[in-house]
Amino acid sequence: MTPPILELRGLTKRFGSGVAAVDDVSLDVAAGEFLTLLGASGSGKTTTLRMIAGFENPTGGEILMDGQPLTLLPPFKRPINTVFQQYALFPHMSVRSNVGYGLRMRGVARAEIAERVTQALEMVQLGQLGERAPRQLSGGQQQRVALARALVNRPRVLLLDEPLGALDLKLRKEMQLELKRLNRQLGITFLYVTHDQEEALTMSDRIALMRNGRIEQLSGPREMYEQPLTRYVADFIGETNLLEGTVADRPTGGPADRRTALDVAGVVLEAVATRTWREGERAWLAIRPEHIRPAAATDGANRISVTVRDLVFTGVVTRVHSTLKDGSQLVFHWPAEQTPPVSGTTLTVCFPSERGICVSE
Amino acid sequence: MSASDRPTAFDRLRASTRLRTLAGAALPVGFVTVLLLLPYLFLFAHSFFRLRNGQLTHELTLENYGRLFGTPLYPQTILFSAGMALRVTVASLLLAYPLAYLLAFKVRRHRNLLYMAVIIPLWVSYLVRAYAWKIILGQEGILNGFLMSIGVIQQPLTVLLYSKWAVMLALIHIYTPFTLMPIYAVLESIPAAYKEASQDLYASRWATFLNVVLPLSLPGVVAGCTFAFVLSMGDFIAPVLLGGNDSALMVSNLVVSLFGVAYNWPLGAAVSVVMLGMTLVLLTLARKLEDRMNYGGPADRRTGGPAPAAGRGSLHA
Repeated sequence: MTPPILELRGLTKRFGSGVAAVDDVSLDVAAGEFLTLLGASGSGKTTTLRMIAGFENPTGGEILMDGQPLTLLPPFKRPINTVFQQYALFPHMSVRSNVGYGLRMRGVARAEIAERVTQALEMVQLGQLGERAPRQLSGGQQQRVALARALVNRPRVLLLDEPLGALDLKLRKEMQLELKRLNRQLGITFLYVTHDQEEALTMSDRIALMRNGRIEQLSGPREMYEQPLTRYVADFIGETNLLEGTVADRPTGGPADRRTALDVAGVVLEAVATRTWREGERAWLAIRPEHIRPAAATDGANRISVTVRDLVFTGVVTRVHSTLKDGSQLVFHWPAEQTPPVSGTTLTVCFPSERGICVSE
Repeated sequence: MSASDRPTAFDRLRASTRLRTLAGAALPVGFVTVLLLLPYLFLFAHSFFRLRNGQLTHELTLENYGRLFGTPLYPQTILFSAGMALRVTVASLLLAYPLAYLLAFKVRRHRNLLYMAVIIPLWVSYLVRAYAWKIILGQEGILNGFLMSIGVIQQPLTVLLYSKWAVMLALIHIYTPFTLMPIYAVLESIPAAYKEASQDLYASRWATFLNVVLPLSLPGVVAGCTFAFVLSMGDFIAPVLLGGNDSALMVSNLVVSLFGVAYNWPLGAAVSVVMLGMTLVLLTLARKLEDRMNYGGPADRRTGGPAPAAGRGSLHA
């Protein structure tokens, strides 16, 4: 395994005397990787990024790049560049001057600057707009200039602080693919901060989901979606049903079989266990709406009786809002080929046991 | 088509809104007309009247302007005043810029307190501040007393007070806050992200200042310098209190003696009109310069601008 390009070791940041904004975060970033720090506002993701860029001094812990400590270097001595949330393009300089700024500051020869700036602008498809002022560009174009201004320096690591937040949905989707393409093409490590879980799932090789200054779960997007470790992760990523219960049994099929049984309101349901559970432990069953369907007579296990409350047609699917006997909510997608139920109907639904995940608090 | 010919309810509403706007504007417009525009108009008219045997006549003539430009005293005094104002401006800028920078970027906890400390003197009467310098620099003054008590001098120095240096010192003291305010306002509005972006792109703190902060703060510098220059050029109290024998050294003092001592209103008016013209040209240039340096970014909020300076500056003139 190649050594990580960037290592965070117990990184901690306290503002004033209050609680830690970033609390003992350790993370290895592999070279060329697209890693996303995902989290709600106040989760510490931006503060973590700012410490890596050098804008904030850590209260504790270390940042290593290629094994060398980076922690005490000022921002202008780090081989890292940042794409800022509001782009922060210098308003008194043309697009070309903005893009060439980093190279000028490092004393690169004028001819080389001109060449590399031209290349960088072509890379983000802004070849003709070099002489414009930033304010004469649209939001999407400014975004591309900010990207070119950072990438032209060929940083080891590129930090992106919610760079797509100000763009409209269509442009955002376009830029997501564009960023992913640049990451692959240039081989530059991308460290991306966002609160948008869909964005994180679309682009990332790995996602670090942050909560209260800590990393709640670090895994690939698919794993994070399909096998959340905690209730918070299951709830944050995509839409999910969470049913509270107690662990009913030891795993059924020996240590290799990662399954457990969960008692939810008197019904025993089978689910995937991502760790070892003790009998009687409090746990939650996480099931995505798309994995629940009306039960056929042949479906033996994981049957839940629900009462239909509301039907919501969203275009792609019909969502059924229903309640269990104990009053807890269950949302699921109704199969397109079947006639939808009417409100008030009581029916039985089921889910494949490999789709139900047993998660902790 | 026909619908647009008849006044709609919307048109009536708009008409009544316009009427109310007009009524609301009447008082301030009237105020400015009676108390500012009319006096200027009288001043302008007087500069073309002829003085015959000490009596003001309403014969129109250009001889006041002829005398103004024909007598070396007047152009010399105007140039001397401009030179004084320039030196005051440069000194104010050198004092105000670093202080504004510290206030905007370095001071965290006591920022408002320090800003108030700079601004509060503006609420103290101008006369009191000018007199304070008399007390400090006078023969029996604080500075002489201090120097004698530590034995640097045996006799009180008489060169401190009643010189153009004393006038300049007081003017710098009085007008530095005016220079500071617009610079501080502009510096404070520069987003921190610009400085971070600059440092992120390998610029040291000093390079960041030279390439990002300084250029973005120039509109404030122009506004601040315009304040200092126009106000100090038109000042006449400091020269009277601190200028001693040269008390007529500034052009405003000349205007005062022409009106008050020599009773030559037409010539006084002519000097005033020339001063007013110079001030207007200067303000227009400053406004143009500021507009050129405005980049439409968040850092470009109007900085108070030199417009209020026109009022005060010309009152002094």
